[in-house]
Amino acid sequence: MARCYGPLDYARRLWMQAVIGLTLLFLYAPIVTLMAFSFNDSRRNIVWRGFTTDWFVRAWNNQELLAAFANSLFIAAATTVIATVIGTMMAIGLWRFRFPGKAMVEGATALPIVIPEICMGVAMMVFFARVNWPTDLPWPLSLSAITIAHVAFSFPFVTLVVRARMAGFDRSHEEAARDLGAGERQVFFDILLPYLKPGIVAGALLAFTLSLDDFVITFFTSGPETVTFPVKVYSMVRFSVTPEVNAASTVLIVITAAVTVLAMTLQSPSRQAEEA
Amino acid sequence: MASDRPIIQVRSVTKRFGAAVTAVDDVSLDIDSNEFFALLGPSGCGKTTLLRMLAGFEVPTAGAILLDGQDITGAPPNKRPVNMVFQSYAVFPHMTVGENVAYGLRVGGMPRRQTGPLVREALDMVKLSHLVDRRPDQLSGGQRQRVALARALVKHPKVLLLDEPLSALDRKLREEMQLELVRLRREVGITFVFVTHDQEEAMSMSSRIGVMDAGRIVQIGAPNEIYEHPRTRFVADFIGSINLIEGHVSAVDGHRVTLEPTAAGIRLTADEDPVTVAAPPAVGRHAWLGVRPEKLTVAGRDAANGKDNSLAGRVLEIAYRGESSMVHVEIAGGTVMRAALPNERRFGGPALSSGDEVCVTWAPASSILLTS
Repeated sequence: MARCYGPLDYARRLWMQAVIGLTLLFLYAPIVTLMAFSFNDSRRNIVWRGFTTDWFVRAWNNQELLAAFANSLFIAAATTVIATVIGTMMAIGLWRFRFPGKAMVEGATALPIVIPEICMGVAMMVFFARVNWPTDLPWPLSLSAITIAHVAFSFPFVTLVVRARMAGFDRSHEEAARDLGAGERQVFFDILLPYLKPGIVAGALLAFTLSLDDFVITFFTSGPETVTFPVKVYSMVRFSVTPEVNAASTVLIVITAAVTVLAMTLQSPSRQAEEA
Repeated sequence: MASDRPIIQVRSVTKRFGAAVTAVDDVSLDIDSNEFFALLGPSGCGKTTLLRMLAGFEVPTAGAILLDGQDITGAPPNKRPVNMVFQSYAVFPHMTVGENVAYGLRVGGMPRRQTGPLVREALDMVKLSHLVDRRPDQLSGGQRQRVALARALVKHPKVLLLDEPLSALDRKLREEMQLELVRLRREVGITFVFVTHDQEEAMSMSSRIGVMDAGRIVQIGAPNEIYEHPRTRFVADFIGSINLIEGHVSAVDGHRVTLEPTAAGIRLTADEDPVTVAAPPAVGRHAWLGVRPEKLTVAGRDAANGKDNSLAGRVLEIAYRGESSMVHVEIAGGTVMRAALPNERRFGGPALSSGDEVCVTWAPASSILLTS
């Protein structure tokens, strides 16, 4: 007996299920393997020898790795704050005002999202070399070049997310506030900002993850002394892929995934409907 | 203590958007204190733009607006003692009902402990005190509107503006809210100005109506005045329904005007109201005679007998409408007259069915003579 499906009931067809299954397998099998082997009681990443958390302890005791991790967290935090403020202001400015060349500014804002990262990295490197950006500053100023580069490529994402939220803003709320006696500043802080909050938070979390795991642009803009977590992992891998690298990567994956899930929750339609 | 000065004076106000669009065209209008004034017109007639100019969201291209004798033409919305209830209600979603109502007081710099009693009083007025801690997304449309009303009234404005206040409510709630708004206005004793495209709404709530068309006010008057004595065909047609017969004036005798219809060789007469019309139209003038469907009587053929305002015709169809039936009668020349026949009369007398040869008649006093 042939099975009956509804016209859009693809998820129940066998071939569709196979495609979905394989896609998920190719996407996540390497990641799961990497995470699994971080608990492997062996120096090599090939044969499972038993469960251990030694590699996490080792990674934790690796001073260079820890320093790189601290650098990454600091850069990510600074980038998040600056990119969120700039990105939100950009979004509000593009929404609120009409000015000559607005279309060009809009396009230019989205450019860092589409420009290949390698080009962005090289451009940044050339720029910092050209302006003779000092490379021997004390920590945390030594991270300034990387932070500036990260802000430059992550704030357009914040703008994008905040503008999406802004599109649903009911201008009569603004008018109602004005009508009730609010000035421009009060409208901004009492009405607009609370409305945009989910978008701003989601944009901030996006900027945080983008900055935390960026390799290409960081690689080109980091000085000889400043190493971030992804760059450090890369240099460790060049010698040998030890489970220590796995352990470090696992930590990074967990942080990134957690932040992404948080960002998506704040952006979800049900949440927006509830807020609107 | 009613002052004799109108609370709102609109003086030759024009509003253009760009070069092509004139939304409001040289409008002058006085609204007295304690009025419930309706701006009525089809969509795009400029009524909302006029209301937004009163609120301060638009600045007139020309002309002046005076509130209680003071020029407020260019004053921003937060600097005029006028509040508005928006069509979408615009209740702030991130604040509770109480915070919404308190907002206008809070931005005015009033400390929190003073706002409490005022907020409660305003919510009592709209019967929402029990929902003070609710979030707007937990309220029905009708309740949201009450929040918007309380939020505006708590500011004790000199004038309350309402933009299509009932359009988003279902029919039952709308009728309830009509009475509620009239009661509220009487209670708070301030002027209400509201915009609507619904003539029924305008007639049942307002003390006066300003009918707008294409950016101009075409007639201002009490609801019955506008219904009984419309000044133009547009007003006659927009407010209620009307039968219009085109023709020219053939004789004028005092206030009785005789109209020779273009289509049929019959004589129609109208009694001009000596109060509303300064001078009867001249003989030969192109004019229309209008008569409301409920003023028509449908009688047998023998009733015609060459009397004034009796037209022989044939019943095309009869539509049952509950309290009355709308009888469509085709008269000579193909014009269709609509007569509203009360159902107790329709079913009480001899049966009427489509195809019947009948005669529609009406009194000269029921005719409305329109020259534009």
